Amino acid sequence: MTPGRPKVAIRGLGMTFTTPDKQVEVLRGIDLEVREGELLCVLGPSGCGKSTLLNVVAGFLRPSEGEVRIDGELVTAPNPRRIFVFQERGVFPWLTVEGNIGFGLWRLSEAERRERVAHYVALVGLQGFEHAYPQELSGGMKQRVEVARAFAVDPDVLYLDEPFGALDSITRLQMRRELLRIWQREKKTVLFVTHDIDESVQLADRVVVMSARPAEIRRIVTIDVPHPRDLSSPRYIELRDGIFEEIGLAHRV
Amino acid sequence: MSDSAARSDDRLGATARVLLPVGTTILALLLWQLLVTLTRTQVFPLPAEVLRGIGELLRKGVLWSYVGDSLRRVAVGYAVAAVLGIALGVPLGRSATLERLVNPLIQVLRPISPLAWMPLAVIWFGISDLAPIFLIFLAAFFPVVVATANAVRTIPPMFFRAAQNFALPRGALLRRVLLPAIVPRVLTGLRVALGIAWMVVVAAEMLGVDSGLGYLILDSRNAGKRYDLVVAGMLMIGVIGLLLDIGMRRLERLPAVRWGFQE
Amino acid sequence: MRRRLALPPAVLPALGVGLFVAAWAAAVALSRTRLVPGPLDVVRALGELLAHGLLLRYLVASLFRVTWGFVLAALVAIPAGIALALSRRAEAALNPLVQVLRPISPLAWIPISILWFGVGDGAAVWLIFVATFFSLLVTVIRAVHDVDPVHKNAAWNFGLDRRRLVRQVIFPAILPQLIVGLRLALGIAWLVVVAAEMIAVDSGLGFLIVDARNAGNRYDLVVAGMVMIGAVGLLLDTLVRRLERLPAVAWGFSG
Repeated sequence: MTPGRPKVAIRGLGMTFTTPDKQVEVLRGIDLEVREGELLCVLGPSGCGKSTLLNVVAGFLRPSEGEVRIDGELVTAPNPRRIFVFQERGVFPWLTVEGNIGFGLWRLSEAERRERVAHYVALVGLQGFEHAYPQELSGGMKQRVEVARAFAVDPDVLYLDEPFGALDSITRLQMRRELLRIWQREKKTVLFVTHDIDESVQLADRVVVMSARPAEIRRIVTIDVPHPRDLSSPRYIELRDGIFEEIGLAHRV
Repeated sequence: MSDSAARSDDRLGATARVLLPVGTTILALLLWQLLVTLTRTQVFPLPAEVLRGIGELLRKGVLWSYVGDSLRRVAVGYAVAAVLGIALGVPLGRSATLERLVNPLIQVLRPISPLAWMPLAVIWFGISDLAPIFLIFLAAFFPVVVATANAVRTIPPMFFRAAQNFALPRGALLRRVLLPAIVPRVLTGLRVALGIAWMVVVAAEMLGVDSGLGYLILDSRNAGKRYDLVVAGMLMIGVIGLLLDIGMRRLERLPAVRWGFQE
Repeated sequence: MRRRLALPPAVLPALGVGLFVAAWAAAVALSRTRLVPGPLDVVRALGELLAHGLLLRYLVASLFRVTWGFVLAALVAIPAGIALALSRRAEAALNPLVQVLRPISPLAWIPISILWFGVGDGAAVWLIFVATFFSLLVTVIRAVHDVDPVHKNAAWNFGLDRRRLVRQVIFPAILPQLIVGLRLALGIAWLVVVAAEMIAVDSGLGFLIVDARNAGNRYDLVVAGMVMIGAVGLLLDTLVRRLERLPAVAWGFSG
């Protein structure tokens, strides 16, 4: 692991939404550093503001307070060097798999583009589906298209906002494995938002546990289990239960 | 800095939302004035002349009666179209057989402009109020039937199964499940049909009636090239049409109906 | 829908049409009218028009005007709609003007259009343009607003400039709704051309109806004209529906 200098530096971030009748404070006092090449999970219940956090870091929203810097530069707008992966509905329905993956590559020559697309089609395991349209694909496949599209432009950072939320639990497990495989190959910095405790412990180097709204950082848990992680190992279970407790949940149903 | 491809302007302040349309309207009026004076046309009216024309109509007492007559014809034709349209649309939506039977007729009759029915309308109804009302009925009828049939066809089957489960008798099924379920879409269809009906009234009033906004427009030109009254009539038609549309949209916001518009 | 009749697909529609024609013939016979034609009279009239070559000529004239007005309106309304929808300021500024002009029946424009273009093709094309333009404009604006923000955000993320955004995201995204809008607008254009021809020109299917009545109470020709209008209108509509099946567009129609 490269000794990280902070790739992403978030300081004093706060976000308040103003509507005609009220003000809603969604984020408060977020201080966070993400190291280069790290896979960081932001974990919290639905609606707590973690998606807002990701959108601010990605540059889609301006924070009410504080700032985000990437490689020292202030973030004010989205940028192709940092790609946001939405859920599978982010895939463009009017383009084929090839068309989607090559979407951000218009600056390359035709030959380079084809080569790049072929590489990423193979990387996500969609060979044979290059000319398929998204409506012919399953949810998991569409998600892979979107991930491939994001990686194809060779960004520094990737933001994933509950990307596997719309998938069934079996596909979700497979996709987690896929993501880890691609991440280890491509060595990008990844910020991953989820409400699934197991998902966070399975994937992340560090898990940032968020409180409910207004969201603050409760705790940052370092997952020091090497990949591939054994889901029944004592250390894994210990870390996971620790997070359960942090969130205040009993681990019996 | 930012390419801001997708972010053009963010929320507009309340002042901007009022000033901008007012500003463009004033600009449009000025442009109108400019073009008329520059081209030195003898016939096309200036904005001020149009206003004077409206005043003249008011003074002669015809303005309100013309508006009233047009509205009345639309109201009658539209009401009949709405009732019959829904009455036909419900069974059409429920029975695929009936739909296949009737559909080709609807598809062929629908593209025929109401005006093309004019000669027949005159034979059947003579030169009276009924002929334009018939044309308006025709214009509004088809959109209502199609919208209603569509609405009925797309009711989620689980509603019917729930009704079956609760052993609802036929009449109650209609009243308590089907009709409430189709209200949002039918309302949209009714709004569209009203717009069409209002558009057709101009054509309909060319059938030898002697009142109404459509009559005003044609007569003003034919009887004396009074283009100021022509444009006045056009503007009034536009404004009333807009008000009708806004009114219908208000109906769509009632809570009993609003659920159908929130996806 | 309790019992399902297992009939070949063409039977029911044919039956429906057949019943209608039979009822029509009966009504004409029973009322002993001398003016309203029966189905046979209409068929004979169609034959007559065909023999004289008038049918084709009038049909072409009507289609010609529709095409011009419709294409011109589309060429203006689609870019204008996209531009308006993407700029909140422009839309707020121009919306009231559009909303007031829109409900004005194309036919109300007749005196003005005759004034500007004289009696003839120009006036008819202008009327069709006006009618189609507003319908398309409203459709395009709504379609652009309906584009999933996720797609717009993705375009922003990938660094697309305004031109690319429109070309690669907005336009493909609105295509399904646009085609539906074009189909409706074509329907409106067809309605308007007939009306326009009844008043402002001297050829075409609309003119046929007016002329047939004025020149000699030939109501069989009148109804023949109506049947042609209905049939061609339906044909145009069916053709545009075919477009909805293209893969680049079909995605928008699969529920």
